[in-house]
Amino acid sequence: MTLSPSKSTRPRQEGPAGEPFPTMRWSRGAVVLLILAALLAGTVVLCLALGRYSVGVRQVAEILGASIPGLGGVFAGDWSTSDERVVQLVRGPRVASAVLIGACLAVSGAAMQAAFRNPLVNPQILGVSSGASFGGVLAIALGWSSTLLISSALAGGIAVIVLVWAFSQRHGGGALTVVLSGVIVGAFFSALVSIATYLADPYDSLPSIVFWLMGSLASAGWPSTGMVALTTAIGLLVIVPLRWRLNLLTLQDEEARSLGVPIAAMRWGVLAATALMVAGAVAVSGVIGWIGLVIPHAARLLVGSDHRVLIPTAALLGGTYLLIIDTLARTITAGEIPLGALTALIGAPVFFLLLHTNKTRLWSGA
Amino acid sequence: MLETQGLGFRYRGGDWLFRGVDLTVAAGAVTCVMGPNGRGKTTLLRCLLGLLQPTEGTVHHDEPAAYVPQTTPGSFDFSVREMVLMGRARAISLFSQPRRRDIDKAEEALDRVGLRHLSDRSFPTLSGGERQLVLLARALCSGYRTLLLDEPAAALDLRNQGALLRICRELAADGYAVLMSTHHPDHAAWLADQAVLMHADRVVIGDARDLLCGDQLSELFALPVSTHLVSEGGGTRTLVAPHYEA
Repeated sequence: MTLSPSKSTRPRQEGPAGEPFPTMRWSRGAVVLLILAALLAGTVVLCLALGRYSVGVRQVAEILGASIPGLGGVFAGDWSTSDERVVQLVRGPRVASAVLIGACLAVSGAAMQAAFRNPLVNPQILGVSSGASFGGVLAIALGWSSTLLISSALAGGIAVIVLVWAFSQRHGGGALTVVLSGVIVGAFFSALVSIATYLADPYDSLPSIVFWLMGSLASAGWPSTGMVALTTAIGLLVIVPLRWRLNLLTLQDEEARSLGVPIAAMRWGVLAATALMVAGAVAVSGVIGWIGLVIPHAARLLVGSDHRVLIPTAALLGGTYLLIIDTLARTITAGEIPLGALTALIGAPVFFLLLHTNKTRLWSGA
Repeated sequence: MLETQGLGFRYRGGDWLFRGVDLTVAAGAVTCVMGPNGRGKTTLLRCLLGLLQPTEGTVHHDEPAAYVPQTTPGSFDFSVREMVLMGRARAISLFSQPRRRDIDKAEEALDRVGLRHLSDRSFPTLSGGERQLVLLARALCSGYRTLLLDEPAAALDLRNQGALLRICRELAADGYAVLMSTHHPDHAAWLADQAVLMHADRVVIGDARDLLCGDQLSELFALPVSTHLVSEGGGTRTLVAPHYEA
């Protein structure tokens, strides 16, 4: 709303002309969401077409259309079998994973920022990423299969959130206690990651560990995409219906409780959902930083802080952003650029620009 | 309406902050709680709200009380309307979003405090006085008719203090039960029907006209205080004069 200052500073007219503003407010959010959804759809088609093996945008659109049940006959098979394989089996799962993981991380970031009343929190703060990293590194070091790797990483992330919960319950369970418990448990698991990396076979598993930790979707297939789709779905099933309540989580604990919000239970519900999403994301892609911090900020600049609109905006924006980053990672050089490096390389200057151009707004009261 | 019986509180291992408080916050009246810093005004409010478990005694209420905390800007840039809408939290089920009806109630509440024209403004950018009135609107938006205000006038200039006091008086006239803590004896003298004085060794509760006198206030604040009756608009009004030089 602050993006349209002319509207907000204009004195309100009394009388029948006053069609109440919420309709306008919602349609503004709806317009942004529609544009972002269209942008995401366009980016998906484009990114499926881009790569070493080039497939036309029209072919991609037709292959996608033909894969919709019941529409198979409508499109006139104007593509080769290898086109179809590249789109459906090679790029398809990778693109889907990128969108899901980007959305996951952005929504987790926005939800955690509300739960901790701090717009500078990122999803890594609770140590879930460290736990999942340790699970993954352990699996690589022991030469486990990729299915076991994903399960082990997921288990690591979930173990961390359970530990953080147990720790903070013993000490009152306020927001600060939870953050501190997260920092402690996270540091412990980071140390375990270092030890596992140090002990790993330098010719065999060490390179895999290093690349996995820097974040990559190179090995994404439909099974791993299915897994991340499942954790994303469970997480969003909690966060999306609760999105208005996230507004209430940003209040001081007593203030929220006086409004009838069981704040501790609500915070844990939200944190458990975000932990599951982050663990699922790390299990498939390794650690990808910055999205959970930058995307919610960008989304706030677009639609304001009301989580009813902010959460879907962050999801669409995060999905589009990681998809673009991942496509850059696999196309600008012959090799694969680590995703974690690219998101930071692009995210840091973008974040600086956001802060620079919106100083008063972002720092107000923070 | 809200009622306590033998209410007492002390932190673990500490002295009693207050004890044996039998207080009735009646509909249609304003109750002012006064006492020096650290005497337990906020603690009493928290017990009344059910945020703190009293050490002894009970609190009865027929519906939850709506709370107006002291304002902080917060780190999130919510609009005034979104802020007021949060008052509907109890009325909206866990996985639902606010509906048209809730938004209308928020607008009505903003009307009530005279800030409807600020609905779309960003809450953190408002002045302290406006923010305090927005929090009052949020309490009204809940629909509950017992209001507990924690030093609502603490950070306001004279004009805003006036606006807030007038609204509180109107709300009581409309049948709300209003309780506020305050550091301004003048406010209590202008507004209160009932006064709660938190002395070091006892809590005195009674008719504001009787309690807001020089003796009681001097003892309460450990500073000589005199009261003066002046005529104003056909009636009389009590002015409170602290004697700082003593």
